[in-house]
Amino acid sequence: MISANLSAVFYLISGVLFILALRGLSSPETSRQGNFFGILGMVIAITVTFLSLGNFSSGFIYVLIFLLIGGLIGAFIAYKIPMTAMPELVAGFHSLVGLAAVFVAISAFLNPEAFNLGYPGDIKLGSLIEMSIGAAVGAITFSGSIIAFLKLQGIMSGSPITFKGQHPLNALILISIVVITYLLCSTQSSNLFWILLAISFLIGFLLIIPIGGADMPVVISMLNSYSGWAAAGIGFTLENTALIITGALVGSSGAILSYIMCKGMNRSFFNVILGGFGATEQSSSSVNKEQKPVKSGNAEDAAFLMKNASSVIIVPGYGMAVAQAQHALREMVDTLKKNDIKVSYAIHPVAGRMPGHMNVLLAEANVPYDEVFELEEINNDFANADVAFVIGANDVTNPVAKTDPQSPIFGMPVLDVEKCKSVLFVKRSLSPGYAGIDNDLFYRENTLMLFADAKKMTEDITKNL
Amino acid sequence: MEIDPFIFRLSIFILSIFIGYYVVWSVTPSLHTPLMSVTNAISSVIIVGAIIAGLAGNSEGIFNSSSIFGFLAISLAAINIFGGFLVTQRMLAMYKKKKKDK
Repeated sequence: MISANLSAVFYLISGVLFILALRGLSSPETSRQGNFFGILGMVIAITVTFLSLGNFSSGFIYVLIFLLIGGLIGAFIAYKIPMTAMPELVAGFHSLVGLAAVFVAISAFLNPEAFNLGYPGDIKLGSLIEMSIGAAVGAITFSGSIIAFLKLQGIMSGSPITFKGQHPLNALILISIVVITYLLCSTQSSNLFWILLAISFLIGFLLIIPIGGADMPVVISMLNSYSGWAAAGIGFTLENTALIITGALVGSSGAILSYIMCKGMNRSFFNVILGGFGATEQSSSSVNKEQKPVKSGNAEDAAFLMKNASSVIIVPGYGMAVAQAQHALREMVDTLKKNDIKVSYAIHPVAGRMPGHMNVLLAEANVPYDEVFELEEINNDFANADVAFVIGANDVTNPVAKTDPQSPIFGMPVLDVEKCKSVLFVKRSLSPGYAGIDNDLFYRENTLMLFADAKKMTEDITKNL
Repeated sequence: MEIDPFIFRLSIFILSIFIGYYVVWSVTPSLHTPLMSVTNAISSVIIVGAIIAGLAGNSEGIFNSSSIFGFLAISLAAINIFGGFLVTQRMLAMYKKKKKDK
């Protein structure tokens, strides 16, 4: 058994290692080392907990068994999961953090002596407040993430679910969470504790159902943030520095990612949270759609254009992930490079279903990361490029965002694809994108539409190069 | 007058938010997905609380209503720890630089 002071020092060390783990992600070269620091920090935290309890009786065996069961499941999932399913996986993991926080809070509520928090029915006030916050945020994270998971997995429809009185109802529930927490702290009633958990689960569910499928990047980041605050709440209860530091890190990380995602869509955070986007605009724009001329081509035309180009910029989007076209795309690029054509990739902040999703998919397809550029880095290059190859992206290339103040996406940062000499647009049909608005780019003089499945079209182009 | 230890923990918390703010802004956007999976893994350090809860049931048997939640939380957090770190490692291994031989 080691002293409380010594174990606190070790918890601090593991907190510092977690900071270094995130710091490592500032560049791909240092990132692997960062991940190692993270693992080290976790090993230290767990070992110190065992040593400080000094309890190696039969209970210890059970701890190891449960740890092993979870570990095996986690390792199995980590090796099996396809990279296209990362958003679902992360949403699923968030729900587990949330549920674990709830379970630890329940356990601490039922047996406060084990945590030095007082006695059942007489828990220290500060601890009870911290515990309630941790449990409530954990429960919201859990049920919210489950809904996000179901939507991403396609089990639940991605379209927003809205009903009358939704916002007043949510507001009412949020207020009642505060009231119940107050009552719980003054009466120590266990019934109130269970009610608090139940309505927190409910509000997590209600908060996420009105948010549409393509707003998922914001939702996932937001839930990431919540899982951090839940961990921090429990960290205060347990008086554990490692948990407090980690909770703060994760909480602010998720908040920053949400901010970046909202900015990428030029929408306020509240606009996303209140939900219902994309459901109403659809009808108005499809009514007055006159038949405009569209130039469409086939794989041979596309191959001809690219063969005569000296630089090509590729704009991938979520559609590429759906069609699993990333490997075919890289083969096409390899052929282009053999013909001395300069190729780079342009990634919009909200491409894909979670922050950085496209980068992972391209990395998986062996695309070197120094050929992949963010919007600000590459946007000026479109004017000098010969061909822009848009595959599976739509709204993020729509020039309307720059020109038409009436448009719902006006002001959103977009890739200046139309400035290229010619634009190749791979798409199944002319249907509007997620925002429900027509893409002006389809009807431009320099655009050639390639109507086909993204993967098949890319393969056909490669054959014709 | 003595300062409540809570204030010290609060100080750690607030300062960590600032550290998190600056560290996360320095993360390159291409690594935002690994960032999410690794934050997932490290927030499962909540397993520390789960272990304390699980081992607390010894007085009147290993499993009681409180410790069983601890044991369940151990498994949940372990899924996250192993799954989170391993999937991050798998992703990071894929990020390669352009080959110089061309």
